[in-house]
Amino acid sequence: MFEQTQAFEARRPLSLPAYVMRSLHLDTPLLLALLAVSAIGLVVLYSAVGQSTGPVVSQAVRLCIALAALLVMAQIPPAALRKWAPWLFLAGIGLLLATLFFGEVGKGARRWLNLGVVRFQPSEVLKIAVPLMVAWYLHDRALPPAFHHVLVIVLAAFAPAVLIAIQPDLGTAVLVACAGLFALLLAGLRLRYLFAAGALGLAALPVLWHFMLDYQRRRVLTFMNPESDPLGAGYNIIQSKIAIGSGGIFGKGWLNGTQAHLEFLPERATDFIFAVIGEEFGLLGLLALLALYLFIVGRGLYIAANAQDTFSRLLAGSLSLTFFVYVFVNAGMVSGLLPVVGVPLPLVSFGGTSMVTLMAGFGILMSIHTRRKLLAA
Amino acid sequence: MAPRIRFKDPWQEQRLFFGRLIAGAVVIVLLTGLLVARLVHLQVVNHPHFADLSQDNRIRIEPVPPTRGLIYDRHGQILAENVPAYQLELIPEQVADLPETLTALAELGLIASGEIDRILALARRQRRFEPVTLNFRMDDEQVATFAVRRQHFPGVDIRARLRRHYPFGEATAHAIGYVGGLSARDLERLDRANYAGTSQVGKTGVEFAYEDLLHGRVGYRQVVVNARGRVLQRLEMPQERPALVEGRRTSRPPVPGQDVVLGLDIRLQLAAMEALAGRRGAVVVLDTRDGDVLAMVSTPGFDPNLFSTGISQADYQALLRDPNNPLFDRALRGIYPPGSTIKPQMALALLHHRVVGPGERLFCPGHFRLPGSSHRFRDWRREGHGHVDLIEAMAQSCDVYFYAHGSTLGIDRMHEFLTAVGLGERTGIDIQGERPGLVPSREWKRAAFRRREDQAWFPGETVIAAIGQGYMNATMLQLAHSTAVMATRGVRIQPRLAIASSDPLNGEPIDFPSVELSRVVLEDERHWNVIRDSMIAVTRGARGTARMQMRGTGYLVAGKTGTAQVFSLGQDEEYDEEAIDERLRDHALFVAFAPAEAPEISIAVIVENGGSGSSVAAPVARAVMDRYFADRER
Repeated sequence: MFEQTQAFEARRPLSLPAYVMRSLHLDTPLLLALLAVSAIGLVVLYSAVGQSTGPVVSQAVRLCIALAALLVMAQIPPAALRKWAPWLFLAGIGLLLATLFFGEVGKGARRWLNLGVVRFQPSEVLKIAVPLMVAWYLHDRALPPAFHHVLVIVLAAFAPAVLIAIQPDLGTAVLVACAGLFALLLAGLRLRYLFAAGALGLAALPVLWHFMLDYQRRRVLTFMNPESDPLGAGYNIIQSKIAIGSGGIFGKGWLNGTQAHLEFLPERATDFIFAVIGEEFGLLGLLALLALYLFIVGRGLYIAANAQDTFSRLLAGSLSLTFFVYVFVNAGMVSGLLPVVGVPLPLVSFGGTSMVTLMAGFGILMSIHTRRKLLAA
Repeated sequence: MAPRIRFKDPWQEQRLFFGRLIAGAVVIVLLTGLLVARLVHLQVVNHPHFADLSQDNRIRIEPVPPTRGLIYDRHGQILAENVPAYQLELIPEQVADLPETLTALAELGLIASGEIDRILALARRQRRFEPVTLNFRMDDEQVATFAVRRQHFPGVDIRARLRRHYPFGEATAHAIGYVGGLSARDLERLDRANYAGTSQVGKTGVEFAYEDLLHGRVGYRQVVVNARGRVLQRLEMPQERPALVEGRRTSRPPVPGQDVVLGLDIRLQLAAMEALAGRRGAVVVLDTRDGDVLAMVSTPGFDPNLFSTGISQADYQALLRDPNNPLFDRALRGIYPPGSTIKPQMALALLHHRVVGPGERLFCPGHFRLPGSSHRFRDWRREGHGHVDLIEAMAQSCDVYFYAHGSTLGIDRMHEFLTAVGLGERTGIDIQGERPGLVPSREWKRAAFRRREDQAWFPGETVIAAIGQGYMNATMLQLAHSTAVMATRGVRIQPRLAIASSDPLNGEPIDFPSVELSRVVLEDERHWNVIRDSMIAVTRGARGTARMQMRGTGYLVAGKTGTAQVFSLGQDEEYDEEAIDERLRDHALFVAFAPAEAPEISIAVIVENGGSGSSVAAPVARAVMDRYFADRER
């Protein structure tokens, strides 16, 4: 009898919504923040595409698919994910190689793979598969990782990144490499390795420059001095700075952004949608959006901090940090802090594949968080 | 040495992980701070700069062309106006399949099928968002045809624009001229800025001469454009004074062109047109009191409205190839041997220089021979006129009388006197293109001929000059002007088409002053009377050459007939078997002023290859004068 009462008391505070969330393995604060950002995204998109409903509806459909992916991933226990991790990674590498040889070409890049039923970018899979792989590899090993383990991990992170970079898709390659490296850093990579790698990286820059494609070099040069080519490569960044700057503190108002509506701002629905928000909603709008993103990242780090095994910790931490990189790289390039690499603004930019992977990642985070064993009762 | 074995230490690893997590969080906060600083820099610190750039992006200054001034006749009848015309326009950017669309429009009869290639070429040349005009003049039926099918033709639309229209068409074609498309050559002489947004400019006649008044001043307004420069919205035009918008850009309304009032009387113009119907010829009627051109007609005319709507190549070629040369202004640019129509001036010269007295008689045997020469200069009347004094010589247009006395007068005095009464030089009328005509002189001949033996002046040339033949030629405007000098007894007033301008906004007309030229002063004022009486004898005398044609006029006409020989074909005319006979016939001329006792108008008429001046040209003048005096009575 006594035991029953205790069990009853343990369940008592659950309201119906909370009960539903728990049984679906969802994390309410994180989900609400994700939905808020997505909703803002739809509202801004409506303005950015010139007030036509078609793209907004299709984006909403994608959002539903992405939420479904989140729901599915949340149901998979971290232990099962850990078991599949290496196979998922190998499958990802295989898909990348397949893309390299059989992929469809669009806009000068070979990024898409057509599997008959679905057409997708295998590089997206790697955004999750790489941190999974790294977390799996380090799970049983003593930390901080020994040097040869570090080498294995760097290889596991950079091999797919290189395959993606030659598609070419520099933005995704950077994100994939980051995901692997963040897991390594969180695992306690010795700082001397980090500094050594940094020095090596600087030394390798000229070599990298040599292997970069023309348009990639141009982007870097344009970043250094956008005004050197105001109608060509620098046009995007000049116009996006004008859009953000002319928005001021309070913005020009929804649907009133002249830069976006008069089509001065290129890629306004996709990579440069951050500038549309800046123009129409001003500094306050951007700060609010950044606050939401920070909340999401913070919640992810909180989940990582509370995770109970190495695999979950590294995976959750890596996914959260990568999400921040996503936001920072996009906001940085649109506001002229960083060179233009094709990274969309997560959950807001028009386009589907990245949204599905992102939501799947958050599903993993939720799965990790909702399957904690309460150690101290 | 055994390899160093490390064991998993969960607590140590978790501490390490927390440490890294916190480091990561710190980096995130720092980077976010950097981002926020960047945004503040853009949106707060540099906001004014970027706001300006954003305005520059979207605001363009677009010229607003002024409305062209109207042209009125002396009684307020509109001769040139601006009418809304429905044009069919297409914006290439918005049309999916251009050739298919054009073919479909051609099948509906909305555009000429022959125009398709030209339109396609035009659409390729210009910017894709700027309209191409498919049809300048849509009639009501075409407008209706298109209106019900509009939804099938995205990117094609009807637009109302102002188009220059000349309600009297060919009757005023030469005097008023026409407007046409602004060309690169026009822009060289015009103020480019003032013609921004204007597509047409005066090309000939009054439209050309008074371009500065008629055009007005261009206005400006702000328009919102998109990234491709396409105008999306026109901002409000400030109606009052030029306004400063956003601190630096000005916009101002256009100033409409001035209306121009002509001295032309359209009823007289139409009467002249009607009288010349079917002939090649010209009529000029001047008001002898102020130099106003009451009528100035050249036939055949052409439709100036063709030019104001963009003449098609086919129409233009047809006009150029027409053997009757309708584009040629015979009143202003046609130079003809004046023949006997200058005998009044010649007679006055004879009297003035005392070569002959008014009552002095001369026997006309039908021909004249210079002393020591066997060459006979024949009178138009083979059997001669018998004994004639000045009055009779004028009335019957006796050539021998003028041969004989003219050769006594000599070319030098002849040249000097005829020039003084307005022949051989431009009258200075206020529209361009006037030809000076020619009163020959020794100096002229020396300059005109290259071969030395041709440069000498021969006495025989003086003889034929005395009856307005030989090298002498004149325009109808000159003849009307010089005849007016006979009427005004020496007062010369520069002929003019425009007599006033008026501002369409405040309606106050500004009269243009008449310009008086150097007056002809005779030693004996009575000579004017003799000449007048001799010209009256032409229309009233028992043997006057125009007595039949001027019979029964309620007003007294002082006139002179002329029948000018056509020596040869012009150099640029092609030999045409069928036309040759007609083209070799004499030109028929007639000049007059009326009423003879208190002159109001002077007139000069030519009918090319019309034959006899009295039977062909005089009736034309009669019809015009009848109209003038009939209208005056009302």
